[in-house]
Amino acid sequence: MAFGAFAGGPEAAPGVAAAQRKSRIVLLLLLPGVIYLAITYVAPLISLVLTSLQSPSPDLAIGSYVYGFNVGNYVVALQTYAPVLGRSFLFALTATVLTLLIGYPLAYFIGVTLRRFPLLQSLALVLVIAPFFISFLLRTLAWKQIFSDEGPVVSFLQALSLLPHDAHLTGTPFMVIFGLTYNFLPFTVLPMYTSLERLDLRYLEAASDLYASRWNTFWRVTFPLSLPGVVSGTLLTFIPATGDYINASPSFLGGLDTAMIGNVIEQNFLVLQNYPVAAAMSIVLMVAILIPVAIYVSATKTEDLL
Amino acid sequence: MTAFDEAGADLELRQITKTFPGFTAIEQLDLTIPAGSFFALLGPSGCGKTTTLRLVAGLEEPTAGRIVIGGRDVTAVKPHERPVNTVFQSYALFPHMTVQGNVEFGLRRRGAKDAAARAAEALRLVQLDHLATRRPSQLSGGQQQRVALARAIVNRPALLLLDEPLGALDLKLRREMQLELKAIQAEVGLTFLHVTHDQEEAMTMADTVAVMNHGRIEQMGSPQELYELPRTAFVANFLGQSNLLTGEVVTSSDEVTVVDVAGSRLAVPTARAQRTSGTVTIGVRPEKLLLVTDAPTPTPGVNVIGPGRITDTSFAGVSTQYVVEFPDNPALPAVTVFAQNLVFGSTLNPGAEVWVTWSADHSFGLVDAAAPGSSFAGDDEPSEAAAAAGEA
Repeated sequence: MAFGAFAGGPEAAPGVAAAQRKSRIVLLLLLPGVIYLAITYVAPLISLVLTSLQSPSPDLAIGSYVYGFNVGNYVVALQTYAPVLGRSFLFALTATVLTLLIGYPLAYFIGVTLRRFPLLQSLALVLVIAPFFISFLLRTLAWKQIFSDEGPVVSFLQALSLLPHDAHLTGTPFMVIFGLTYNFLPFTVLPMYTSLERLDLRYLEAASDLYASRWNTFWRVTFPLSLPGVVSGTLLTFIPATGDYINASPSFLGGLDTAMIGNVIEQNFLVLQNYPVAAAMSIVLMVAILIPVAIYVSATKTEDLL
Repeated sequence: MTAFDEAGADLELRQITKTFPGFTAIEQLDLTIPAGSFFALLGPSGCGKTTTLRLVAGLEEPTAGRIVIGGRDVTAVKPHERPVNTVFQSYALFPHMTVQGNVEFGLRRRGAKDAAARAAEALRLVQLDHLATRRPSQLSGGQQQRVALARAIVNRPALLLLDEPLGALDLKLRREMQLELKAIQAEVGLTFLHVTHDQEEAMTMADTVAVMNHGRIEQMGSPQELYELPRTAFVANFLGQSNLLTGEVVTSSDEVTVVDVAGSRLAVPTARAQRTSGTVTIGVRPEKLLLVTDAPTPTPGVNVIGPGRITDTSFAGVSTQYVVEFPDNPALPAVTVFAQNLVFGSTLNPGAEVWVTWSADHSFGLVDAAAPGSSFAGDDEPSEAAAAAGEA
């Protein structure tokens, strides 16, 4: 067989057998990952679906349910929490747009402008990641302090009469969106940086040689070529931001009327112990995210690039 | 939007200097390229030819000097406002657009209404209209090169810049593309400025060739002129091969200048000599040399050196290359001879005693001296010492 492979003769059989053996090895190597995914992803998902269809147990004990096919949980979830779902999408979308507006120029600056200075480029990247070295909860609480009623920002704005004396910033939608934008910015910047860092500047030269102004070059060449980074960056922000329950929680930056879907699920699971409705909400959220994401990815034609 | 010339425009570089931190790429370059010509800038890598091209395209700014295209000073004009298009060495085809989209790009930026039709026509010219909907990554190197060419010429620029566009192609395809490019140039009548390090490519395609070295133009002229009458040792060796012999001028009249090279009196027509006094280097092309096995009788108008011995022969199909050394007269450098294979096989074997002769009319006299490396002077000294030791 080995000789056949070397001779490269007319019989293709040895090559095919080798390819089959190779694919078996590949499957074997994939096995740990497959098992891991089955245990940590598929099994919980099945459990979640089953929980979402449970009914209260006949003895009506709190937090006690039996398996069934109770679609009513979904009706309750949608009827009660549709406005919260809408708010989650609105907040997450606003934060995603803001991270894109702030993050793209930053990614461009690090990935393209700083290319000639590799040391500065690495330093800037470290600065983007630096916040991760401090707990995300601590940083969010720090912002709460900074924007608190007695904090410097509110006092300053009140001194300038830009805010009325009885106004708050914490607990407002502004604060929740601010927190989401701040916390997810690195997740948007890093994939966009990766795309822009690989951008071949000769395409930009070719565009300017072909009569494209800087504006045209950006929109027709630079941006489309960095689209894979933009798509993965915005998805990495939008998806977790929609389900986020820290920023919108009253203990952090949110208030009583800023609850997002994550807060509702948390409340149902941990406080009300209404597991079926919480599970139904989780599945509604998953589907509600998957549909727009699928449309987004296919509209930007980046399926093969992601 | 400026209406671009249909027939190409002159390009004039006036006293262009370009320095980068640490080195000077181009030094006080003056160059005029007449409208409608196919002009080649030829030189080794790092000689400043690509920088010259980028300056004309506006992708680099000159440190000093002016760039004039069709009588208009464009030195301060941004690249996208210059009536110039480039075929890049890397092609730089936009990977996110189809072939058609790439070719339309320039037309659309200038607001042409019939962009699609004109792009299709340009693709027909390069015989790729059947691949218009493909992505560049789905094309072969030669096809990509033709798309890059179509993308540039579709705009009918006053000046088309070609930056080693054939460098990535294999020999056969390169030959085909050379002929195709030349045909397209004749058809569209644009001014072509072609940058290359391939002397054969420059000679077969261009009307005028400028040989560049160290940021300066060494010599400029028609390919035939450059080949038959190089002015400097660099041109003599970069454009084909040359045998260079250095000696003192013995006599010089209006017709002929005679140079004493290690005891051999070699004549060069005075009209073909750049200098006629002192130490001069004369040269002759290897294919102009004849090998004879009997001592030739001195004839006016024929230069003879020898006797020497053939030390190496290599068969190259149409010709055989001989290397002749002169052990009796070690001051003479080794000479390369190309003999056409008019009969089967090589007729002379290594070790054969030969004389090298050529018509004096084929000699040329250089303005500078041959570099020490090319005259083999350094190699000869130890062998001279060895020979002396052997005699003792």
